[in-house]
Amino acid sequence: MSSSRKSVAAAAALLLAAAGVAAQTALPGLGRPATVKEIAAWDIDVRPDFKGLPKGAGSVAQGQDVWEGKCASCHGVFGEANEVFSPLVGGTTADDVRSGRVARLTDTGFPGRTTLMKVATVSTLWDYIHRAMPWNAPKSLKVDEVYAVTAFLLNLGGVVPDNFVLSDKTIAEAQARLPNRNGMRLDHALWPGKGLATAKAPDVQAKACMKDCEPEPKLASMLPDHARNNHGNLAEQNRLVGAQRGADTTRAPGAAAAAPAAVVAAAPAAAGQAPTALLGKSGCVACHAADSKLVGPSFKDIAAKYAGRADGAHYLAGKIKSGGAGVWGQVPMPPQTLPDADVQTLARWLADGARR
Amino acid sequence: MQGSDSRPGRLVKAPENFIDAEGVRTVFQEAKAGRRDFIRRAFAGAAAGAAAVAAPAALAQANPVPADGGDPHILNLPEHSRGLGQGVATEGYGKPSKFEANVQRRPSPGLTQTAQASVSFAPLQSLFGIVTPSGLHFERHHQGWWDVDPSKHRLMLNGSDATLMKTPKVFTMDELMRMPCVSRFHFIECGANSGMEWGNVAVPTVQYSHGMLSCSEFTGVPLKLLLDQCGVDYKRARFVLAEGADGSSMTRTIPMELVESGEVLVAYGQNGEMLRPENGYPLRLVVPGVQGVSWVKYLRRIEVGDQPYAAKDEAIHYVDLMPDGRHRQYSSTQECKSVVTTPSGGQLLLDKGFYNISGLAWSGRGKVARVDVSVDGGRNWRPARLEGPVMAKCLTRFNIDWVWDGKPAIVQSRATDETGYVQPTYRQLRAVRGTRSIYHNNAVQSWLVQESGEVKNVQLS
Repeated sequence: MSSSRKSVAAAAALLLAAAGVAAQTALPGLGRPATVKEIAAWDIDVRPDFKGLPKGAGSVAQGQDVWEGKCASCHGVFGEANEVFSPLVGGTTADDVRSGRVARLTDTGFPGRTTLMKVATVSTLWDYIHRAMPWNAPKSLKVDEVYAVTAFLLNLGGVVPDNFVLSDKTIAEAQARLPNRNGMRLDHALWPGKGLATAKAPDVQAKACMKDCEPEPKLASMLPDHARNNHGNLAEQNRLVGAQRGADTTRAPGAAAAAPAAVVAAAPAAAGQAPTALLGKSGCVACHAADSKLVGPSFKDIAAKYAGRADGAHYLAGKIKSGGAGVWGQVPMPPQTLPDADVQTLARWLADGARR
Repeated sequence: MQGSDSRPGRLVKAPENFIDAEGVRTVFQEAKAGRRDFIRRAFAGAAAGAAAVAAPAALAQANPVPADGGDPHILNLPEHSRGLGQGVATEGYGKPSKFEANVQRRPSPGLTQTAQASVSFAPLQSLFGIVTPSGLHFERHHQGWWDVDPSKHRLMLNGSDATLMKTPKVFTMDELMRMPCVSRFHFIECGANSGMEWGNVAVPTVQYSHGMLSCSEFTGVPLKLLLDQCGVDYKRARFVLAEGADGSSMTRTIPMELVESGEVLVAYGQNGEMLRPENGYPLRLVVPGVQGVSWVKYLRRIEVGDQPYAAKDEAIHYVDLMPDGRHRQYSSTQECKSVVTTPSGGQLLLDKGFYNISGLAWSGRGKVARVDVSVDGGRNWRPARLEGPVMAKCLTRFNIDWVWDGKPAIVQSRATDETGYVQPTYRQLRAVRGTRSIYHNNAVQSWLVQESGEVKNVQLS
């Protein structure tokens, strides 16, 4: 190859590079065909037309058993709980089941929206329960359990009768009764593709006026003074150098800010402070929160209960290691497998008052 | 006027006749005393607990020339001018200054009841330019985050049936990182950013009102290149499903048009390093212009199909309730939006005089064309300076000069993108969408600068 031909070839290669990654770039040696077994292991999605739905069945009654064992602790016995997640059930009527539109959604005074008020495709429920539930053990439900618990959920919402058996054969019947099945619209310009019947032009059309645009501005909404510290002291949420400081929201508006304390780097947790990293790492916070009940009691409540007990730390270490049920309710805490030193640290911290 | 303020390091620009001769004398006196009107009033207000009240923040910095003719911070050489500093690699991975400890991402109290299906907000009030430091990137997890071993992570591509993809394939991280790659700056914004503010003011600062927004340089492989390796029937396969490897195995539908444009990336790099675990290490989808929920983290699988998927986060959440009681489904694009980050809610202006109003603008439809700023609640507007480079579907920083006269002011910004779309006011937005949409709130933000210097989040009627 002459040098001029070489440079032509080099230029061509550069051109290709400049055009970005060419449409059909071959990448020899990279990637391999997926096996049937691998695809089966991961391809678990279920579409609204039920493509991907595995064969199986489960009754409302079977679903109730699954629900009480694995779902009720977060979602409530009737799917109504708002303790951990938004309620699943409520707000739908027999009329909605007939019309496919949830009437309550037009009522601006109705607080909150449950899952059954919103969902228009029963496949969504099945797919999500199958892939992501229960909360702390996703993908552990068997296919028939997913059918059963979906049936139970639909039954709680009055969508299917008590004797209903949900299966790959009957799921279309459930779809035809879903309360909000006609409740979706696509007439927006927020889908960056052509495959859906969406609108072309944006729905809100503003103009960029520059002079004498608005009348005298009137304040319509602001946080009340009593809420000024709700997000913590804003003085501690702003940089300590620059054009502004954070307002000291521990004081009344207009009061002088406290002197900016000499800044110190965040100190490592001192004795008695929350072993926050350990609580996170060990998975405690999946079920327990600092001040409020989640699946299990709050750290504060645990600390209060065993405050006077001389062997508190020893007792709590035992409970962490072997789990238990009945002291705080019937939802069991499974035995925890974490290093003994960590168990002791957590137990001591709880027994010492669970200070933050 | 220019020489009237003798305090060192303070640039006070003022227009002609900013204050008269009497005013100049007052300013001199106040400067000597080291305080201005609002500070003095603030003192009066706090007189009750005066004994405990130390110098306010403003005074701590105002630093007038002391009687003995010099600033002790100048006259007495500090330790770091007289001693030996620390050696190289004291920190194998450097950290921010200890004086920056207030700059943190934070959750909004009471917003969610678990820490695993929750969100933390980026501290926009403290950031410069357009790049979000990776450790301050906002977080949104649906079932907790993981630090995934990249040597065991796989990406699978398949079709919803065999006719849509000839050869389903599996790639390792090693293989993905050998491929031709691109590096691009893009913003990511959660569809629910500003969602708490649809009906009324609910949060105090820009961190909570707009902090589900970040911007990074992402490095990765165009998804189109990967699909091309597998023999896709592009005529029929007009939808792409992305799926994560975490407990929630998040799924979202992406239009094939966006993939074909070359914009959608399978990314492993973020700001020069690998993705942070909280942001999907080792692999996430980058879907420029589209809400963050589609940027699936811990990406394990891509499926091509001929229908959208109605995944949980496009059928139960991330659906926008309209006034007629129906929900908008598959709303994905983040429309043009902007916000002033300094000064912003919860901050305290130190003094009257010159300020640089600064903020961020972005559009999911392309480049930001212009940003206008108002300090009178939207009656009059001035064009701000856009800091280059201005990139498509990327944050753009804007700045504009402002001299604060100490009177109440309402600061707003309004962005226009290259399609001509103008960011709406709350009134315009609510007239079409009501107040219950939760998602896709891109209204003009208003900050009220009060006479005290304290800035409040407000909405106008």
